Amino acid sequence: MKRAVVANGNEMVVEGAIDAGCRFFAGYPITPSSEVAEGMARKLPKLGGVFLQMEDEIASIACAIGGSLGGEKTMTASSGPGISLKQEGVGLACIAEIPLVIINAMRGGPSTGLPTRIAQSDIMQARWGTHGDHPAVAVCPGSVAECYTETVRAFNIAEELRTPVYVLSDAFLAHLSTKVELPGKEELKIANRLRPTVKSEEYYPYDTRFGDVPPLADYFSGYRFHVTGLNHDKTGFPNIDPVLQESEEERLINKVLKRQETIGTYENYKLEDAQIVVVAYGSNASGAKEAVDAARESGIKVGLFRPITIWPFPSIPFQKVAASAKQIIVTEVNLGQIVYEIERIMLGGRAVTEIKNGNLIFDTRHPRSSAELSTVLQANGTPIRPNQILSQIKEVA
Amino acid sequence: MSVKYENYLRMNKFPHYWCPGCGNGVVLKAFIQAVDELGWRNNDIGMVTGIGCSSRASGYVDFNTMHTIHGRALAVATGIKMSNPSKHVVVFAGDGDASAIGGNHLIHACRRNIDITLVIINNWIYGMTGGQYSPTTPTGTIATTMPYGNVDPDFDLASLTIGAGATFVARSSVAEPVILKNYIKKALTHKGFSVIDAFSNCHIQWGRKNKFGDPVKLVEHIKSVTVSAAKAKKMNAEELKNLFVTGVLYEDKDKKEYSESYFDMVKRARSQTKGGR
Repeated sequence: MKRAVVANGNEMVVEGAIDAGCRFFAGYPITPSSEVAEGMARKLPKLGGVFLQMEDEIASIACAIGGSLGGEKTMTASSGPGISLKQEGVGLACIAEIPLVIINAMRGGPSTGLPTRIAQSDIMQARWGTHGDHPAVAVCPGSVAECYTETVRAFNIAEELRTPVYVLSDAFLAHLSTKVELPGKEELKIANRLRPTVKSEEYYPYDTRFGDVPPLADYFSGYRFHVTGLNHDKTGFPNIDPVLQESEEERLINKVLKRQETIGTYENYKLEDAQIVVVAYGSNASGAKEAVDAARESGIKVGLFRPITIWPFPSIPFQKVAASAKQIIVTEVNLGQIVYEIERIMLGGRAVTEIKNGNLIFDTRHPRSSAELSTVLQANGTPIRPNQILSQIKEVA
Repeated sequence: MSVKYENYLRMNKFPHYWCPGCGNGVVLKAFIQAVDELGWRNNDIGMVTGIGCSSRASGYVDFNTMHTIHGRALAVATGIKMSNPSKHVVVFAGDGDASAIGGNHLIHACRRNIDITLVIINNWIYGMTGGQYSPTTPTGTIATTMPYGNVDPDFDLASLTIGAGATFVARSSVAEPVILKNYIKKALTHKGFSVIDAFSNCHIQWGRKNKFGDPVKLVEHIKSVTVSAAKAKKMNAEELKNLFVTGVLYEDKDKKEYSESYFDMVKRARSQTKGGR
């Protein structure tokens, strides 16, 4: 049964996490994500769960990693400099393949920047923030309601892929209170990590016999195993064999790439006959939609492509859209991040579907785009107004 | 009764990675003896380590083990403990791992008094990276990053952790392995945050630069800079200058343990029908 509530994005993240089965949170106060911690602090004790305010951001993600190994669905939340501090933990969760959800209510930066103001400038950080080659999954809610549904989905992806997943909201969504209609709890699809069924002496934490995402045992469940941030073999112990490491590094990334068409959700809005395609995501997409609607009223054939999953970028669906477009306008609340991915695809850059023996395997289903690219970018701490996008649509129409 | 070490070790991981004569093995052996005397089941023990020579210990023991990132072992261990409060969680760390990069996590684990035992293998140097000075490198001694003599004042980790709120703190050394084992055993059974400051010999990375390249000579030196609490009682401040007192230095059985406080709060929260603000 659908539920109607009045709430802001941070509160919806909390609801989504709880409904996804998260019973362990470790965080540190920071604007504009603090209400996520506050919400978890109110809810978790009543559910018998664990809320910890740790001594710093680094400890928060480390503690959440420990809780996940302990068998819980865990989450941490932060913004700006806090997300920078968490990067070493993101890398550990990637290589050790530990499910974890990281909420990033994006704010202006760099450094302390504009703590109370909107930005979408951590898009590339979510992809490349931690050092080394690693998989990246980031979802980007476009509304307060999606702060709920995308948090649920982030937990599902984290559990199914044994990997950290970012929810990239922003200062605007985080604090925007609005009426929200949530799906009924019975409609939710909830995924849980695969746990081993073999005998304990036959269990290896990185054993790919059962697929490219190996089952993960809970600590103290009778399966004693070793976990390390060092590159390792199937047993979990350090290993530097180049042949094995090449295939393991590739497996880490491929487990995301191979599922990009199911993970990589997006919205096509009024695109059927569109010659102009606006690309926008997150809260900025609502302004873009308004601009598209206004331009349609003046007879301009324009639509919106909205990636809901930012990483892996829904490249294949975008290629399809871009192939028939004459003009592509990328708008984002930063000075240019996803536009580089868009430009790469337009110039013939393909979705990478797999990495095999050091070679990138590209999807070649759709022709390159001959559209012209323009941008509406802004990084001054305020949202991009629909008028700004509308002006650009009219400019190129 | 002799200990069946193979019941606690992953024998296929030997020979170990440590240098011949390294004190790490002595501390690990003392820990296993303590676990054996307590009769704990391997399934019920979690060992978390950070980065450094001592942190490789987690690979050798047949428990639920995690070798994490530099300095973060206590933070990860806190997550493991809080998700499984009835289990035993132990952290092994070096002096740099525990008190420099992990210093913030150390003082806050002490403050919370969470039921984790921290064994610091304190060999006064960053061994794995090649002999750079750590917060416990004795002032005036040579390290690769203090080639003209260490100007940094050194940490007394026992005083630091007592000050920060740990409720069991003992210091011992590889020169007295039986006593060390007894202290570790006490620490493991203590309900609250317990710290073992175990002085150990790195004759390779600290010793060779400071005329203690021979492990026996370095262990003798460790003996010469430590004094038991019983003997220390009869000595005056002047005599105790530059000496480290060994023994159970602090024990408080009254301060409430963290997971117990937390889950008591959970009970209170669940008994309230509404609120929480």
